[in-house]
Amino acid sequence: MDDDSIQLIACIPRLRRYARALAGNRAEADDLVQDTMERGWSKLASWRRGGDMRAWLFGIMHNLYVDQARKARIPTEALDENMPRPSTHAGQADPLEMRDMEAALRLLPAEQRETLLLVALEEMTYEEIADAMDVPVGTVMSRLSRGRERLRALMQGRSVSSTLKVVK
Amino acid sequence: MTGNPITEADLHAYIDGMLPQSRHAEIEAYLAARPDEARRLHAYRLQKDQLRALFNPVMDEAIPISLPSRPRRWTWAAQRLAASLLIALSGGAIGWLLHGRIDPHALQASQPRPAGNMKAVALAHQAAVAHAVYSPDVRHPVEIGADQEDQLVTWLSKRLGTPIRPPKLGKLGYELIGGRLLPGQSGPVAQFMYHDNAGQRLTLYVSTEQSDNKGAGFRFAEEGPVNVFYWIDGKFGYALSAATGKAELARIATAVYEQLEKSQ
Repeated sequence: MDDDSIQLIACIPRLRRYARALAGNRAEADDLVQDTMERGWSKLASWRRGGDMRAWLFGIMHNLYVDQARKARIPTEALDENMPRPSTHAGQADPLEMRDMEAALRLLPAEQRETLLLVALEEMTYEEIADAMDVPVGTVMSRLSRGRERLRALMQGRSVSSTLKVVK
Repeated sequence: MTGNPITEADLHAYIDGMLPQSRHAEIEAYLAARPDEARRLHAYRLQKDQLRALFNPVMDEAIPISLPSRPRRWTWAAQRLAASLLIALSGGAIGWLLHGRIDPHALQASQPRPAGNMKAVALAHQAAVAHAVYSPDVRHPVEIGADQEDQLVTWLSKRLGTPIRPPKLGKLGYELIGGRLLPGQSGPVAQFMYHDNAGQRLTLYVSTEQSDNKGAGFRFAEEGPVNVFYWIDGKFGYALSAATGKAELARIATAVYEQLEKSQ
């Protein structure tokens, strides 16, 4: 097997982790990885050697995910900042539960979720994320800032709009 | 102190480890004077920890070739994956054939092969792909381990619809790790995995889909670092894969062949 193929296969566990976090359920996540791999294999010849294979693959996955989200039955983009808090979370001082985190993550707009996950799981730099998602770094920063604050609000069981501070 | 205003971006870069060390003191002083902000950043750090705790285990899962919830799609997809892998591996012809885009006769005409048909070649390729996917797996190389060999034999025999049993290769220095079920070209196939003292892994891929193939002697295929010996025996197709030398693999293949002959 050539080096490119080995590199590509080596990325599978990371792609699966990210896809699971992104898609929420296993079947959808595995489909996303499958589609990404297929596209990756078919485009491998055009991959720029010496480039960052991981960033390239995550870019492919991002595009597939965006396409999919566009076609999805649930319009994730339509949620606004004032959406109701999850009713399952009452006490504000509760220790934060993992399951709540997963549920709260689902409630983020897709682009905020993606940004947050690439930072937290992949530890990509903001520039790498901007590259993979094909947006300016400033956009990455505002998505990260909004996503984090929104997630914090959801975890605390309150609405986010009144406390959102973008710039100090 | 640089006197530069601290931005929201700086705070995020700080918790993401992307702010130069020279600016840390500045941020720390800023946070020390603002408990609310310190709490907010603490919550962000916690988010990162929780996300990792939540999703890192996915990295240790066995990579699925088939998902029970979507067998058809996944069998098909796995074949396409295998096919695309082969494009990468063999530089085109065989992969395209598996992709169903080239007439086998056309290919045979341009690239003559020994008697036997393309399905047997596909067997070697699929075995090599399965070897490349599973043999490096540290945590989940097999579905059922050798410690439950009886259960493994019963299960695989049932799923393949015919009695199959892993050969014993202890005398050759290879010990059984276990086995797993995989999707083949039209149904289930089995993979047994062995290792030697040095940790070198060997897989035996067993297919029962070879009804169209006439018996054939040993054949050898090379897929990058993976060497494969394969042969057809009635409806059975066997492929032995390892990243070892051809001679060593031939020695093991002969032993496997002899054992399987005796057991029939």
